[in-house]
Amino acid sequence: MTADVPALPSYGRPRDVHPPLDYSGYRSTALRHPQKPLVLLPQRLTEITGPLLGEELITPTDSDLTMQHGGEPQGQRIIVCGRVLDSDGRPVPDTLIEIWQTNAAGRYRHAREHHPAPLDPNFTGVGRAITDAGGNYRFITIQPGAYPWGNHYNAWRPAHIHFSLFGRAFTQRLVTQMYFPGDPLQPIDPIFNSVADPKARERMIAQFDIGLTQPEWALGYRWDIVLRGRDATVFESEDAE
Amino acid sequence: MSELITPSQTVGPFFAMRLPWPEGPFVVPEGTPGAVTIVGRVFDGAGSAIPDALIETWQADPAGRFAHPDDPRGAPASGYRSFRGFGRCPTAPDGSYRIVTLKPGPLPCPDDPGGPAEAPHLDVSVFARGLLDRVVTRMYFPDEAEANAADPVLSSIAERDRRETLMAVPGPDAPGGPDAPGGPNGSGGRVLRFDIRLQGDRETVFFDV
Repeated sequence: MTADVPALPSYGRPRDVHPPLDYSGYRSTALRHPQKPLVLLPQRLTEITGPLLGEELITPTDSDLTMQHGGEPQGQRIIVCGRVLDSDGRPVPDTLIEIWQTNAAGRYRHAREHHPAPLDPNFTGVGRAITDAGGNYRFITIQPGAYPWGNHYNAWRPAHIHFSLFGRAFTQRLVTQMYFPGDPLQPIDPIFNSVADPKARERMIAQFDIGLTQPEWALGYRWDIVLRGRDATVFESEDAE
Repeated sequence: MSELITPSQTVGPFFAMRLPWPEGPFVVPEGTPGAVTIVGRVFDGAGSAIPDALIETWQADPAGRFAHPDDPRGAPASGYRSFRGFGRCPTAPDGSYRIVTLKPGPLPCPDDPGGPAEAPHLDVSVFARGLLDRVVTRMYFPDEAEANAADPVLSSIAERDRRETLMAVPGPDAPGGPDAPGGPNGSGGRVLRFDIRLQGDRETVFFDV
């Protein structure tokens, strides 16, 4: 009876990729990071499945942040596109991506935002997209500005776009930030530098792409996002005797 | 191949621009027969409420099935989209969140049929400013003493007071209370409370998933 029971997929546990929860350079971690060791959770049915949120959440202007109001927003128009892959190189199709960002002046449209930079009546700074069969996504938006914050004296966040991704399993859920090449604020930003490995930090920086750039219209940036991979075979599960 | 993976970054203080959506807290519509309302608050290491956290829940349906093609038992009889299983709620200024859902069924171990069943549970992710990566916990149900005692994940946590951080408690739905049926927050169904403490004496158990 057990011979034809399919093995559950399992997802590798990345080490030395994600930032530590306790990171003194980022003050807000002080009272918010767990101090007891994490407990190893075997990957069972709840973990190898996950929400498959789809088209019902998407409207046509969701992926074009420059078309969500009556007029065009201020700032440099950009195209951000890339692929969502797993770490074994497989595309992740049909998965929801959610983004949010400042406007060109470095101002978020949020009630608790106090940065004295102008709001843009033609820019909200939020988007959604679903990857296609090849894992591709594409947004049209405005180059976000640098943003001051209260972490330390004269603290400025480098320009970034927040990305939220689901993948196909609970284990693959990822919230991250996309940065821009050549930004002088990156070397002094605690959040960017909370990722210890310089090569891993580079994976958060989009690449300028002249091929993607559209003449007389918009600069192109390419950014691939890589989620945890799915092992093809399952060894003894952690909770086996 | 972790050398390729994109690192996590904090959700920051302004995720509410995009991530919450009106039906997010409603895994099932309010008033659904058998609905359970989970209410709770999120606290930091000083015991202060966290007003800018995001809670996400993921769970099986009442039959213990997932609306997902990787569930090796195949599609639920009613199809993949019938019960979404996903809830999302930002915390309010008092650190509170609310999810309206159905109690999931127990889960077998499909590739280990003799193995222990998992007691009904929700996987819960917490995102917030100050969390550079999400933290993951589980919520179990207080009326499942026998299943909870046999649950392999709960059993892997030796200390009783640590295990209890994963257990919801019957909520403040006494007649006349705000969460009672007919009260301002009341769903007309059962109310459970599940508080989450990121740090401190009663720190919630968090998992390496």
